[in-house]
Amino acid sequence: MTLRETFASDQIGFPILTALIVLPLVCAAVVAFLPDRRSARTAALGAALAELALAVVLLLAFTPGVSDIQFTERVTWMETVGAQYHVGVDGISVLFIPLTAFVTVLVILFSWNSPQFLSKPYFVAVLGLEAATIGVFASLDLVLFFLFWELMLVPSYFLINLWGGGPQRQHAGLKYVVYMLVGSAPMLIGIVLLGANYSDVRAGEDGPLFSFDFVTLLATPISPERQTVVFFLFAFAFAVKGPLVPFHTWMPTALLEGPIGMGMFLVGLKLGVYGFLRFTIPLLPDAAEQWSWLLAALGALAVVYAGLIALVQRNLRRLLAFAGTSHVGLALVGAFSLNVQGIQGALFVMVNAGLASAGLLLLAGFLHARTGSSDLSRYGGLARRAPLLGCFFLIVALAAIGLPGTSGFVGEFLVLLGAFRAHWALASVAVLGVVLSAAYLLTFYERAFLGPATRAATGTLPDLGAREAGTAAVISAVIFWVGLFPGAFLEITRGSVEALAEHVERGTPAQTSDDGYHSPPVGGRTQDSR
Amino acid sequence: MEKTSLAPLLAAAIPALAAVLIYVTRERPNVREACSVAAAALQFLVVLSMVPPVLDGNTLHFTLSSFIPQVSIAFRADALGLLFAGAASFLWLLTTLYSIGYLRSLGERGQTRYYAAFAIALTATMGIAFSANLFTLYLFYEALTFITYPLVTHAQTGEAYAAGKRYLQYHLATSIAFLLPAIIVTFALADTFDFRPGGVFPAGTDSTGLVVAYVLFLLGATKAAIMPLHLWLPGAMVAPVPVSALLHAVAVVNAGVFLMLRVILDVFGVELMDELDLGIATAVFVSFTVVLATVYAYRLDSLKAVLAYSTISNLSLMILAVALLDHRAMTGGIMHLVNHSLAKITLFFCVGSILIATGKTKISELSGIGRQLPWTMGAFAVGALSIVGMPLTAGFVTKYYIAIGMIDAKHVPFLLVLFLSTLVSAGYYLRVLRAAFFDSSREPALALARAPDRPGEPGGESLNPAASGQDDPAPQAKDPRLLIIAPLVVTAALSLAIGVYPSFVLELVDEALP
Repeated sequence: MTLRETFASDQIGFPILTALIVLPLVCAAVVAFLPDRRSARTAALGAALAELALAVVLLLAFTPGVSDIQFTERVTWMETVGAQYHVGVDGISVLFIPLTAFVTVLVILFSWNSPQFLSKPYFVAVLGLEAATIGVFASLDLVLFFLFWELMLVPSYFLINLWGGGPQRQHAGLKYVVYMLVGSAPMLIGIVLLGANYSDVRAGEDGPLFSFDFVTLLATPISPERQTVVFFLFAFAFAVKGPLVPFHTWMPTALLEGPIGMGMFLVGLKLGVYGFLRFTIPLLPDAAEQWSWLLAALGALAVVYAGLIALVQRNLRRLLAFAGTSHVGLALVGAFSLNVQGIQGALFVMVNAGLASAGLLLLAGFLHARTGSSDLSRYGGLARRAPLLGCFFLIVALAAIGLPGTSGFVGEFLVLLGAFRAHWALASVAVLGVVLSAAYLLTFYERAFLGPATRAATGTLPDLGAREAGTAAVISAVIFWVGLFPGAFLEITRGSVEALAEHVERGTPAQTSDDGYHSPPVGGRTQDSR
Repeated sequence: MEKTSLAPLLAAAIPALAAVLIYVTRERPNVREACSVAAAALQFLVVLSMVPPVLDGNTLHFTLSSFIPQVSIAFRADALGLLFAGAASFLWLLTTLYSIGYLRSLGERGQTRYYAAFAIALTATMGIAFSANLFTLYLFYEALTFITYPLVTHAQTGEAYAAGKRYLQYHLATSIAFLLPAIIVTFALADTFDFRPGGVFPAGTDSTGLVVAYVLFLLGATKAAIMPLHLWLPGAMVAPVPVSALLHAVAVVNAGVFLMLRVILDVFGVELMDELDLGIATAVFVSFTVVLATVYAYRLDSLKAVLAYSTISNLSLMILAVALLDHRAMTGGIMHLVNHSLAKITLFFCVGSILIATGKTKISELSGIGRQLPWTMGAFAVGALSIVGMPLTAGFVTKYYIAIGMIDAKHVPFLLVLFLSTLVSAGYYLRVLRAAFFDSSREPALALARAPDRPGEPGGESLNPAASGQDDPAPQAKDPRLLIIAPLVVTAALSLAIGVYPSFVLELVDEALP
């Protein structure tokens, strides 16, 4: 498959993606040198809002319905290795950049008044994490992708270690980093193998020895055997990140011991599934098709297994960790149905995660701040004391369950549509998981919020303040907006998803050497990479 | 012929707007109640306005939005939908009037929430009745589940919450686990969600898939209370009487039956059902419910519980009749949808009237009550006889058609089912009537309780103690008895009217069938 690229200079006049990556870093530097904490938080919020505004501009300027890669920037980086600074977005990645910016705004708003999180290094870390995450979503060069992927670990470690609430936070921080490093090592090997394959195939031609560029590799044939090897290497890495069962145990620990802000990033941005959709499936189409049943089965397993464990959780954060794992499974079932509806469904499940799952964690944070605990033993009849909190919690929980009218329904419905066509048995299992999500969320809600107020400790429970209620209201509004009017968002993703589904059907490009393909020169810019 | 018309959308939108107005006028009960009544009347008029064009053979369409590509939220008013919607909107009007009398007599709290939720429930019901495709139907079906939850748990007691929880569990679990997959499998096989008279599946579709889809639909139609997925219904009796009337006569249960009717007629089609023997299979399956539910009801003493199980039995009877795939049986089955609504709502209204007047809820306590509440028990008699199927009532017409249909199609064993259920139901209904009219009262003459002086203390024991919760000024009732008696007299009279002159309804039913 050949993807056309539209350059940022032509499309919008300035390197918007680089700006999106660099802006939080610059602001982080500014924040670090501010005199006091209050100005720091204002600056951080300003930075996050500016970033969100820029991301929205990106979304609005994006041409929907086409499979082109847009806002491309290419700069030579390491010529001998063949790595470039190559960023761009298409229908698969563009929704996640505003989503990341949105989650960051939520995180900063959450930390506004809490003494624990009101510190300059905290904001620096959050902004740094935002920059790295956006880098991950925008990267189109595998080496660059890997760089940002690993860079994310630096602020993450500090966030969990220094600002985690739990007693085991140092252990949790270390556990998280170790899991991620171990998980991503196979990915590095896979990347190298892809580069080596390119080198083999293009041996004797002009141009660099290696290439790790997504567009280039997309048009590079790769034998099914090699595909399988690289597929499993990548799959391992993305399964650990996802998280997928059985690699998921880092998630409850991180969510329990780490700060809410970090948790929102972890639960709201499904980088593992993104990795599958962005790189694994398109670059290794035959392997993807051959092993789709396995990944879909793992996804279905995750949906049910995590759902069952969530059912017996009494700690809200642990419950949300398992709920997040369950959603990853659902997205994977959709992604590996390898048809348009399934993949679009997977994308929307991921978007919903950023809204509903992150939203629930935010509300869990509010609860924790008021009661000092995330445990059910400290909750009971909360809706009477804090009706606003109860109301918003219900709305966001219904979105997480996938009530029609909310963003959750779009993803869930499309995933099931796609999955039933591809592998109906696994889809049936996934449906069970959806039932389970209704069960564990509504049961928790009933025990925590409904009925008579139980303990004296909840007697002085203040309801949501203006800032908190405003944040929750914005989340709810976006949930309903995406849920009731998904058409625009679906159109944005459609072109790339259709191209991807077609590409998987056709498989890896033919091995003929006279297919008219010319690899683009790496140095400088080209008009068009055909 | 298909015509574009805003009317179906309007019918669904009016109650939704009313709900907003109800909330806005919550401090002024009379204005608030007027909003409900006006909306109900308006909605009924809109529904009525759709009858002439549909009787002429047209269907009225309106596409609201293309939700996802190939999937749209669209409305389509045809004869079947109009029957359901007409009954629902007319009975909403009567139930609203009744509710005013009932809630004010008991000084109930949370009336704003009650009326608002009621209105939105009617929006959902209209959405179901006028849905043009499975997707729209599913959306409104789910909405109906959620919006009836606050109505079921109105009393806000532990018992109410337990019942509400079970209610949600049953409906949510089955609709996500069965109905949603059913819709998706249908789409996978037919490439469309639309309803099409005669069926949507192309010739040669894999029959295993079709049977799987059908079974999933049957299990997913929990609102039709087919055993063994029926237990939510008796539990929901904890709701106030007008809510039970709504659940059992108007909206929720009929929505379940309506879903099955749509599936049989417009998703599968009579021919395909016959080919796959799904009709007979369904008929046999629901026969058990018809008989078991009615036999179980015989032993019960609580009036509401008896009515609940009687409903369960009758719902399955409707499905049985339609599943026989014989024209006359299907006519009877669809007509039973309307007639059962009228009769059952009469009975529930009467139960409420008895409760308010005497505080009694059990059959064993009803000795001689016919003398104290002649209008109420008279209407009860008409309703009961209609359910049993006595000539001159609407129930007779339906049972006659069903019976003839069974004989015509040579499904004589089902006649036994019909006969048995009729006999047993006659048993327990007549027992009530005997106690009311022919037993000498063992208690001193009961003075009809006046409206309570203080909210929360109705005369005698009450099923719905005024619950704590939102502050809601409970206005002093000014003899609400008329508001309670009038609706039940109207519904009883209608049962008689349709029994004597059924052709208006029959015409519409005829239009609905292929």
